[in-house]
Amino acid sequence: MAVQVDVPPLAAPVRKTEKRRAFGEVPGLATLAFGFLVFLYLPIAVLVVYSFNAGNIVMVWTGFSTDWYAKAFANEDIRKATLNSLIVAVSATAIATTCATLAALALARGGSFRGKVVSLGVITLPLMVPEIVTAVAMLVFFANLGLNLGLGNVILAHTTFCIPFAFMPIRARLEGMDTTLEQASRDLYASDWETFRLVTLPLLMPGVLAGAMLSFVISMDDFIITLMVAGAGDTTLPVYIYSMIRQGITPEVNAVSSILLLFSILIVTAYWFTTRQKPGAKSH
Amino acid sequence: MIANLPDSPVLRRSLALAPALIIIGVFMLIPMVVMAIFSFLEAKSFGGVVWNFSGSAYIQLLYERMLDDSLRLSPGYLIIIARSFLLAFVAMVCCLIVGFPVAYFISRQPIQHRNMWVLLITIPFWTNQLVRTFAWIIILGRNGVIEAPFRFAGLLGADETLGLMYSDFAITVGLTYTFIPLMVLPIYASLEKLDFSLVEAAADLYSSRWEAFSKVIIPLAKPGIIAGCLLVFIPSLGAFIQPDLLGGGKKLMLGTLVQFQFSTARNWPFGSAIAMILLAFVMLFLILYARAARNAKAMDLH
Amino acid sequence: MTNKATSVSPLHPDPVSRPIEEAGPARTAVELDRVGKIYGHGTTAVEALHEISFDIRDNEFFTLLGPSGCGKTTLLRTLAGFEHVTRGVIRLFGQDIVDVPTHKRPVNTVFQHYSLFPHMTVADNVAYGLRRLKKPADEIRGTVDEMLRLVKMERFADRLPAQLSGGQQQRVALARALAPSPKVLLLDEPLSALDLKLRQAMRQELKQIQARTGITFIFVTHDQDEALSMSDRIAVMSEGHLQQVGTPTEIYEHPVNRFVAGFVGDANFIEAEIASPIGAKVTCRTRGGLELQADATKASSGQRDAVLFLRPEKVRLTEPGAGTVNGTVRDIQYLGNSTLMEIDIGEPASVIVRQSGDVNQPACRPGDTVGVVLDPHALQVLAE
Repeated sequence: MAVQVDVPPLAAPVRKTEKRRAFGEVPGLATLAFGFLVFLYLPIAVLVVYSFNAGNIVMVWTGFSTDWYAKAFANEDIRKATLNSLIVAVSATAIATTCATLAALALARGGSFRGKVVSLGVITLPLMVPEIVTAVAMLVFFANLGLNLGLGNVILAHTTFCIPFAFMPIRARLEGMDTTLEQASRDLYASDWETFRLVTLPLLMPGVLAGAMLSFVISMDDFIITLMVAGAGDTTLPVYIYSMIRQGITPEVNAVSSILLLFSILIVTAYWFTTRQKPGAKSH
Repeated sequence: MIANLPDSPVLRRSLALAPALIIIGVFMLIPMVVMAIFSFLEAKSFGGVVWNFSGSAYIQLLYERMLDDSLRLSPGYLIIIARSFLLAFVAMVCCLIVGFPVAYFISRQPIQHRNMWVLLITIPFWTNQLVRTFAWIIILGRNGVIEAPFRFAGLLGADETLGLMYSDFAITVGLTYTFIPLMVLPIYASLEKLDFSLVEAAADLYSSRWEAFSKVIIPLAKPGIIAGCLLVFIPSLGAFIQPDLLGGGKKLMLGTLVQFQFSTARNWPFGSAIAMILLAFVMLFLILYARAARNAKAMDLH
Repeated sequence: MTNKATSVSPLHPDPVSRPIEEAGPARTAVELDRVGKIYGHGTTAVEALHEISFDIRDNEFFTLLGPSGCGKTTLLRTLAGFEHVTRGVIRLFGQDIVDVPTHKRPVNTVFQHYSLFPHMTVADNVAYGLRRLKKPADEIRGTVDEMLRLVKMERFADRLPAQLSGGQQQRVALARALAPSPKVLLLDEPLSALDLKLRQAMRQELKQIQARTGITFIFVTHDQDEALSMSDRIAVMSEGHLQQVGTPTEIYEHPVNRFVAGFVGDANFIEAEIASPIGAKVTCRTRGGLELQADATKASSGQRDAVLFLRPEKVRLTEPGAGTVNGTVRDIQYLGNSTLMEIDIGEPASVIVRQSGDVNQPACRPGDTVGVVLDPHALQVLAE
């Protein structure tokens, strides 16, 4: 009965596999996906390429030059707007991240309580309301209150819409964390404060960092809310770019925009790698 | 310093929640309530309001007040609302048509490649919307990247233009471009969870490719498709930058109309009323979505 | 598959066609002819299947047995059409199906993790294939009811898969695959995800369902007990190569090589050289200088070195001096229904003995000297 694989000298026919594709494969899908990447990045590439245009009309290429960057750096208004942007982003990030961390701790470690769902709803409200609505609501509010803190108004507005962006990664991190670690700490005679400082906070740090980076990017990129809320002297970089576009497009706009883009890309990439490596966290 | 935390967990929890709730409450919730009230007041000539209750802001949406104080039906603002819905819808459909196959492609890649793709799609989304929209002016605009070859070939005269800019087309392109990552990512998330042996099972049970797609893949990707559609549709409906930069002053949408009322027209009650209507639409869609998500969860017990 | 006669369910086979099949010699359901499968290209190519040829008969419960990575699942997937063969021919009742796409093959699969459609009820899952085949609605209803009754799941028709236990999902998966009355049913380690008790109960049930439906089952497993207890015939595979095809008895009692002998049950191997001309019986000299008589029906004519094979339960113990050789008890493992003993007989490898509570066997402790009987009928020379 033993089957010795006694093959006749005739070789088995080789099958043509090229023509047959697997059931789940769709032809042309890869082409479409790479085309999609081109669609995503081509406008950005065009923008950056034209920022090196020597001529002063963006769309007429006259030669390579970095003059517009030099001009942008020398522009007093741009420097002031950039400084304003940084002040606003750093302040709003610091306040929003602190508030968001505390709120996340309360919601993720505070047990279940009445008002939990409502609190969560309020915190995520800025994500749901269209930006333009937030913008005009704040404008109406500040104008009617007569509240004029200069850049302070902008910082308050930015803090408000940055809180949910800081909140989400922090809460996700807290919920993914192993609570038995905190129990172990208490079991080993640590007080609540010591447990928080020595166990919870260090493990939470990547989440806090991610939340802070998201806030920072969101604040740096915000345009419409700042446009509505900021006074004349408190222009941020995106608002300044907007006014430049309105006045007429020169490669200087491209140069400033390219710098802003590069900045965002760096932070987003850093954010990505922060959230992906989770040292010390329970990996699921 | 803070070594002594309050003993009561209730107090501790309340103190921790307070800053975030107060900031959002004071600078967002109250302003929205104020705006809702403003929408029922009368406009002062150069911004601000007169404290008289009035429904005139909402009436203004539909009717035009004639010189003799009679009202005449005026479709102008309704057209803007209709355009907002239409363009948001078309952008959503474009995102779906391109986004679904891309999401499917990514979900069929090996795991390391998948993460790279997600990063590549995420990056543009987090970069400045204003700047990315501006880039389309360079592409679509007069003498832009698209027109240049036509001009070079002599198909387009010096003072002729393809007229791509300042059109519904340009706005739709801008909306699609800006929000398409919000379509790809949720669909990818649901397709990635899909066990491919289910597709094999469909094939094994005599499904053609189309049947496997329509009976198995689509139903299982539905939560992602619904989420993606809403995530594109809702911000498109209230978009400001894209209609403002790419639509010029002529092609208004809800977002630009609101901004116009507060900046140029200085009619705060009317601006507030439009903002309230926009908000109402968005909330309606969010509620519908929450319902759909709950139903989907009920079906998918694991 | 598509004509009107197939409206007859597998439980009540077509009264006209059935007797003809039974009258003639067993038909061949599946014929594999030098099937080869290579993944990748060039230097990274991996040969998953190498020149696999054998036949599977109609109505047979046939098992593909082997360790993980031996190619059994790949072979099953080529039968289902999920994988394409690189070379060779697969015939289903005489028809070459290599170029027939999955959804046109009259073959159904029970997946390892069931792969029930999570968004459909149990009844819709079972009806799925019938609907794709455009069967009339009342026939579909009838077949679904019948299938659910067959697997004792009729009470769960309106449940979703997520609401079922693993064993129940398994039954639904079986019903779903049987509903379109496939010519061959493929089962990819369907019991591996179940716990032990359920697995043993399902073995019997699968076997009964196969007998009742008369459908050819091709069953993939790495569990030799499963294979031996359920199969009409077994194909043992290793590293993409077919090792042996035979009934459970043939495979267990007369393995063709060391791999099969070792994979299907426990085995003692004694290395030796052949000291007499090859006949039905030969005399072999072991490394330890022992002269043993062994069955040489599997030996090839020019063979010099040999591996002798003996199942532990075929070794008998007796008084010192009364056996083939004396040995020292090294270790005793009590297993409840039997006892395993390791006995040193002065060879490089010690001999394992399985005793099944036989009162005639002497009781012994580690260190005792015993007589070991190596029966020349049970001791076999394995092929090279």
